[in-house]
Amino acid sequence: MSLGESIRNSQLWKSVFRHPMPLDRRNRIVVMLTNFFLHLHPVSIKKQGIGLSYTWCMGGVTFFLFLVETVTGVLLMFYYRPTLEWAYNDILALRDVTSLGIMRELHRWGAHAMVITTWLHMYRVFLTGSYKPPREFNWVVGVILLLLTLLLSFTGYLLPWDQLAIWAITVGSNMARATPVLGHEGPFAKLLTVDGIPMITNGSDARFLTIGARFVGEETLNRFYVLHCIGIPLAVALLLAIHFWRVRKDGGISGPL
Amino acid sequence: MHSDPEFISRVATPLGFYYLILCALNWGAAALLWRRGAKTFFHVPLPGRRNGNGHAAAVAVDAHGATNGNGAIAITDVLVWLAVGFAFFILAPLAMIGEPLELPSAVKQTVNELSGPVTLALGSLVVFAIFFVFRRFFTQPIVAWVFLNLALLVMGMSMTDPNFTSIVAKPDNVPIVGLVFLLGFFTWLATYKAVVNDDRIARGLPPVEKEDSEKVLVWPDLVYTELICMIALTAFLLVWGIGLQAPLEEPSSSVKTPNPSKAPWYFLGLQEMLVYYDPWMAGVVLPSVVLLGLMAIPYLDFNRKGCGYYTISERKFAYLIFQFGFLELWVILILLGTFLRGPNWNFFGPFETWDAHKVLALNNINLSEIFWIKGLDQSLPKAPPNSSALREIAYILVREAPGIILVGAYFVVLPPIMAATIFRKFFVKMGFIRFMLMANLLLLMGALPLKMVARWTINLKYFIAIPEYFLNF
Repeated sequence: MSLGESIRNSQLWKSVFRHPMPLDRRNRIVVMLTNFFLHLHPVSIKKQGIGLSYTWCMGGVTFFLFLVETVTGVLLMFYYRPTLEWAYNDILALRDVTSLGIMRELHRWGAHAMVITTWLHMYRVFLTGSYKPPREFNWVVGVILLLLTLLLSFTGYLLPWDQLAIWAITVGSNMARATPVLGHEGPFAKLLTVDGIPMITNGSDARFLTIGARFVGEETLNRFYVLHCIGIPLAVALLLAIHFWRVRKDGGISGPL
Repeated sequence: MHSDPEFISRVATPLGFYYLILCALNWGAAALLWRRGAKTFFHVPLPGRRNGNGHAAAVAVDAHGATNGNGAIAITDVLVWLAVGFAFFILAPLAMIGEPLELPSAVKQTVNELSGPVTLALGSLVVFAIFFVFRRFFTQPIVAWVFLNLALLVMGMSMTDPNFTSIVAKPDNVPIVGLVFLLGFFTWLATYKAVVNDDRIARGLPPVEKEDSEKVLVWPDLVYTELICMIALTAFLLVWGIGLQAPLEEPSSSVKTPNPSKAPWYFLGLQEMLVYYDPWMAGVVLPSVVLLGLMAIPYLDFNRKGCGYYTISERKFAYLIFQFGFLELWVILILLGTFLRGPNWNFFGPFETWDAHKVLALNNINLSEIFWIKGLDQSLPKAPPNSSALREIAYILVREAPGIILVGAYFVVLPPIMAATIFRKFFVKMGFIRFMLMANLLLLMGALPLKMVARWTINLKYFIAIPEYFLNF
């Protein structure tokens, strides 16, 4: 018995992989059913449904980029402190001192790429009419995921705490000032005035809610950090699960009837 | 000849490698075509080796593009792309020794002078329309390949311009350059497949996708594709990460406002809308409407055809609306906002220096001013001093009546007219609520280009201007 064989016959190996190598048809089916990660997939699939020129692989690429962002993001969290004192210096150190500082490059370019691949995925889904019944609701989930992807990128944009970061976020979050009714420079905000005292001010409006202060400052950094590392990723993970589950439940990848 | 030798020497090496990659691309294409069997375009007779009749003998196609022994060279696609690759191969060392191919300054100046928001918006629309109408021609692989080569060549020549390069090679802008080429490629691919399918459908055949409905096992057919994609993507990200450092500017300072101050690139289409709309529209209402509109698509599109395969002819309306919204109103505005908007959000041509002191006359006027002052030759209606709040509002409403009536008519009167005329069939199939939703989404989407045109033609600032309540439209 060769070494490989004896490993594959050991109790330890068999407790992890409950079937032989997927070399014959039967085991190729079994492996899809018994492996947690693989059971996301069906056992068999129409040939056109896996053609790269049909799918562009963009949904899968987007998901893989999300995983890359998660892994590199966790590693970056080891080195980064979201305070006015340290944020910028920690990023500087990642560039100049820290080994594996390239994690920041991977994280940033992966993030840009993820925005692009999300768009391309939606582009493909639209052009193949894959949002049509019975997949309407999954398209809606996808649009929410698009929004969350943009918000993930937007909240992360602030964290390096350089000029690029705070002014991009300032420009972006200034829009919230003009929210109808709920922004202090928005239409109809004056309607919410009680006894001559305006209820919507720059200390209580939608922009204040977004950035946690009257201007982009330490409260914003903290708020965006928590949203970027915990809040939005959790929401994305949940919606991704629903998104994938619905792909299967709605009849698998789209194709002509 | 060079405007800036110091700058040229900095881009020399990257440009050299850039041309080498283009050379490899074309030689790769030639190799691929050679393996598939070359296609002969025409024959060139060899001088002095004529046959008895006095003209070149066109004989059987020589798959390898060599002379065929009868005095004529077969010009094949393989030969053409070999030659194009060779041209890039020559350009590479030229670039490396500091003599890159450049755009003539007259061309650059003309481009700068011609470009502007109007030319860009209308020009891109015309180009999209031409591509769409003649999609059968433009999607031929050889035509698409010519366009790709031309685009890459112009890009390489433009990279010798310091102004162009300083914008395009800004680290956070690099992904957008990638986006342009990716969108170009995937739009070509989708249109190509749609054209093929539309032809088949016209002949009564099912779409190509239907031919491959044989089932295969996910292990190994899909999982291996996924694995290869993951490895390729990881390698790609590593190369990108090593080759291009993530940007880090000076430490933040809340008193030193950069000019221009820009949002992250994917929001620059929205920022560009600020030229035409106030923040409450461009930053809040329209983005929300875009998201809601996207979510509404599956519930508004009652066309059951075209599900699961590429087609244009079976869903032309949905296709055109989406492409207009995505490519024109989203992507083109992002490109405009990223590459061509400089200090004070002024427009700058692609080869123009970002001069913070460029002064542009802004003489936009509101519709109420056009109506009351220019039209009726009287001052704007204004409440007498110390009037009650209600009286003031009444005066504002009178002042803005032209705009309110116009906008009201646009959103209230147009939908029923649409339902009764051009969208009659839609209305019957969709019912009241769904039709009204679609009509209003379309009108909101159309409000942006209409406002743009009004700005360009009559310098219109706002249809409705009620700055007292931050309500400008």
